[in-house]
Amino acid sequence: MDNLARIFRAQSGQVLASLMYLSRDLQLAEDALQDACEQASKKWLVQGVPENTVAWLHLVAKRKLIDKLRQQSSQQNPNTLQLIEQSLYVQDDTDLETDYEVPDERLRLIFICCHPALSEAAQVALTLRTLCGLSVREIARAYLLSEVAVGQRITRAKKKIRDAGISYDVPNAKQLSIRLPSVLKVIYLIYNESYSAYEGQTLNRQDLANEAIRLSLLMVKLVPNAEVFGLAALMLFHDARRLSRSSATDPYITLEQQNRTLWDQDKIEQADVFIHKALEYKQRGPYQIQAAISGLHSRAKSWETTDWAQIQLLYMSLFHLHPSPVVALNLAIAKANGGLLKQAYEEVVTLKNELNQYQPYYAARGELESRLNLTERAISSISKAISLSKNSIERDFLIKKRGQLLKL
Amino acid sequence: MQFLALIYAGEEQDDVDLETLIAQYQAFDEQAEKAGILLGGNALEAVSTATSVRVRNSKSELTDGPFAETKEQLGGYYLFECKNLDEALEWAAKIPSARYGTIEVRPVMVFDQ
Repeated sequence: MDNLARIFRAQSGQVLASLMYLSRDLQLAEDALQDACEQASKKWLVQGVPENTVAWLHLVAKRKLIDKLRQQSSQQNPNTLQLIEQSLYVQDDTDLETDYEVPDERLRLIFICCHPALSEAAQVALTLRTLCGLSVREIARAYLLSEVAVGQRITRAKKKIRDAGISYDVPNAKQLSIRLPSVLKVIYLIYNESYSAYEGQTLNRQDLANEAIRLSLLMVKLVPNAEVFGLAALMLFHDARRLSRSSATDPYITLEQQNRTLWDQDKIEQADVFIHKALEYKQRGPYQIQAAISGLHSRAKSWETTDWAQIQLLYMSLFHLHPSPVVALNLAIAKANGGLLKQAYEEVVTLKNELNQYQPYYAARGELESRLNLTERAISSISKAISLSKNSIERDFLIKKRGQLLKL
Repeated sequence: MQFLALIYAGEEQDDVDLETLIAQYQAFDEQAEKAGILLGGNALEAVSTATSVRVRNSKSELTDGPFAETKEQLGGYYLFECKNLDEALEWAAKIPSARYGTIEVRPVMVFDQ
């Protein structure tokens, strides 16, 4: 990405959020920002990049927005126009480069983009487009969808926001319990997407992870709250292990096999700070518990010295909050790693009906069977996992594992 | 902004006896009226009383029954005046039938002059 594109992407969220709040029309706001970026590309090449780029973009985009509102129709809400003109006027005699502060309305925008009245897929696409400044093409590539499909999804969502009466206000304390989980879920979905490497992938998936973390840090700043800290900690603990997750010769390395000296200690420390802040609220939640589990892995010197007993307790409390077969599976794996191999395996077997289409179930089951020297069963489980696998890296890893079992 | 809350539920789906349900609806009406958001609303007769009409080649064609046969039927509606969708959804969630049926909330279209 060239330098200008980087600047535009970094600042588009804040500028767009403010334009959207002024105009109450996301499409119009986006068009105005687009125009401002085009003007910037031309002007900055000649005059150089201004000191305060975000202020420059915001002021130019606001003027574009007024033009558009005037063009749109004479019947346009005169209040909207007046509001924008006032906010422009106030800033008119200030020095563009230094004194101008762009109002931060990103919190409004993120709550709108992640409104539960929109489908989850639309929430994700819209968040990446507006807050992260990704292009439709980049989103389409990241999710292996056609550009047309992503474009339509975003257009439909914007139309719904405009016409359905979705509020532009930041939810109050009462509404927050309904609205916040969907924001956190969207951020976590974006982060998790960066994990699942698909075939034919061209966009650097680390971009998605970085965007998710950026959004999460924004939430930490704007809505400090137990689960907000918890999610940020969870993603940072995970992201700290990025470099050790693959190597030139090995595209997938399990946690057990990872070279722990490659873990990013700065990220782990930051995550540690967040998880402690989260716990101060004394409001238990799934992101905090998962972050705490990830934190125990991050602090363990080796796989063998990991505090499996504590991890089991944490999975139990996660199960208590959200009883799901996937959590039950993870609890059983933690038990197995903590030495209760046979008991864990029996529990895993009982989960079969609920998880019979879940690839990680068969991969984990095969692993336990191979540890119990049930080689034939292990081979059959791993084969099932291979047939359910959706990406080549994972599949190759499982095929290699099966090969090792067959030789025994 | 005006929102129409369409109440869909199976006709035999009520989770309390009719008397209790009516009392609950009356309580809801009172609460919504007090909050000044209630513009109107009605319960509808059973879907077995529905007649559908369409005009084709200038001729009215009548059919017995609703427009679409579904498991949950339109049983009534409310018209709300609310600040935004979120407020309308909050009120819709308080409609007694939301417990066992589904409330579809739609903004009323506004035409520019």
